[in-house]
Amino acid sequence: MAEPAATANAATDPDHAAGQVKIKNYSLNFGPQHPAAHGVLRLVLEMDGEVIERADPHIGLLHRGTEKLIEYKTYLQAVPYFDRLDYVSPMNQEHAYALAVEKLLGIQAPPRAQYIRVLYAEIGRILNHILNVTTFALDVGAMTPLLWGFEERETLMEFYERVCGARLHAAYFRPGGVSQDLPAGLADDMMKFVEHFPKILDDIETLLTENRIFKQRTVDIGVVSKDDALAWGFSGPMVRGSGIPWDLRKSQPYDAYDQMEFDVPIGKNGDCYDRYLCRMEEMRQSLRIMKQCLEKMPSGPVKGPDRKVTPPTRGEMKRSMEALIHHFKLYTEGYHVPAGETYTAVEAPKGEFGVYLVADGTNKPYRCKIRAPGFAFLQAMDFLSKGHMLADVVAIIGSLDIVFGEIDR
Amino acid sequence: MAEWVDEGLQPLAERIAGALGADLIGHEIAKGELALTVRRDAIVGVLTYLRDDDACKFGALMDVCGVDWPAKPERFEVVYNLLSMRHNRRIRVKLTTDENTPVPSAVGVFPSAGWFERETWDMYGVFFADHPDLRRILTDYGFEGHPLRKDFPLTGHVEVRYDAEQRRVVYERVKLTQDFRSFDFLSPWEGLGLNQLGEPKAPLPGDEKAKGQ
Repeated sequence: MAEPAATANAATDPDHAAGQVKIKNYSLNFGPQHPAAHGVLRLVLEMDGEVIERADPHIGLLHRGTEKLIEYKTYLQAVPYFDRLDYVSPMNQEHAYALAVEKLLGIQAPPRAQYIRVLYAEIGRILNHILNVTTFALDVGAMTPLLWGFEERETLMEFYERVCGARLHAAYFRPGGVSQDLPAGLADDMMKFVEHFPKILDDIETLLTENRIFKQRTVDIGVVSKDDALAWGFSGPMVRGSGIPWDLRKSQPYDAYDQMEFDVPIGKNGDCYDRYLCRMEEMRQSLRIMKQCLEKMPSGPVKGPDRKVTPPTRGEMKRSMEALIHHFKLYTEGYHVPAGETYTAVEAPKGEFGVYLVADGTNKPYRCKIRAPGFAFLQAMDFLSKGHMLADVVAIIGSLDIVFGEIDR
Repeated sequence: MAEWVDEGLQPLAERIAGALGADLIGHEIAKGELALTVRRDAIVGVLTYLRDDDACKFGALMDVCGVDWPAKPERFEVVYNLLSMRHNRRIRVKLTTDENTPVPSAVGVFPSAGWFERETWDMYGVFFADHPDLRRILTDYGFEGHPLRKDFPLTGHVEVRYDAEQRRVVYERVKLTQDFRSFDFLSPWEGLGLNQLGEPKAPLPGDEKAKGQ
């Protein structure tokens, strides 16, 4: 794995004369197959003993050409690609794409669809933060939170499954609304989850928050100042951990977020520990939003009324010739989006997830650039880990919250 | 559920237009988003101005990407998306270039531009001058071509597989068992009339015969 450190020979090397052994820097390949690399990250570390001098992340091992593929698909067919980016919180990314297409089409989802989207976006946030917090704890030595947290993730993924049939690759948020309404009884089960989950969060916090080992591994590690956070294009918990109260759900609300009451937790020191605390609090705030969604959920349609964009219901199709034609055309040709461009961003659990969409008036996106938050975080790896020990790199990667599906695209 | 709209864009656009002068080729507010088109050589100055001016304070460069328009004289568009957390506002800066003309790198203004520009180089072959580390980023080691160019085929040129005899991964030219199919969906759906762009639609096949009668 590592090139052996060349130890100077006492007889020939003048450095040795002073009783000092000069050790050459050596480079260490961290990953691409390393559990703490959170995917396929190849990190080439240049080290002076156990201290990092330079970190050079090599990415692209999971590059699938998503943006190229989207250019060859209709607007509707592009939706599932967004599930496969950050596979930890799939619906949040569909959200950005759906909003971007809606903006170009000049339509809005009906109120019920907006509430359902917000509800599922928050479920996605909890899914993501459970995974991040617990695997981060695992990386620095705590195993139990993972076991407790993943049981709850399973419950949440069942909510995904019950609404769209898939645990991960949902393709549920569509331009113009969502693909189908909530099934009967789902809202009650979600309410039960909202009431039961804070207990699990408390349990995880008793294991971690005041844990001496956890604090030793995370406090003052990977410190990001406010200026650094801006200069490196950070977003999400990475800026909030540094004390910048910035949350797109508050500052540029989309869908039904302007009707939700929630707080934005911020950290003070910008280290790994503060980011952990932010994520824990964000989960509690997400539960608040979920509860408000469930209580205030309006009734009505879940898709826009424009049949040139959203498909008719199955029942309508069986009776109406026009509905049948619409259905056929939507699933073969798709809809044409007027020429224009937009950069639409949502507050995904990891940070600002943006879609820069260029339409040329045909039924396929001309260009769809996906701005993944993790890409910007990983880029700062060199400046974050410089001067830290090798073991801290693991803690920093854990707290950056990176997933290679979205970084490599 | 009112969509969030930024009202200060028009005065801001006028202020920027006044400050940048000849460096600004044009600006446009569409769908509530302000987009500037600037001269290629002036990009570093423009970004510095947008970052430091009190009314702008676009402190974060969120994204840099390319767009390929093969029919235009300068085929590549480089798009910078900036965000001001101070004023809660976004702006987009665009410039054009071709395969051979380098674009001044923005790394000196925003360190986050580093990887975004590497990606644009990798995907489009847009060269950034004075970039400290302009290597490929997403594609394979030793990859040839720039995959997001419109003339690069979706299937690519090479494929890899594990060869059991040689006991290693080998690279081969892509072999397609069936030709790549691309369907023409530009036929009119609603019959004749105007499309969503307000242009007349293409006539239906066979219509030209009816005209003679």
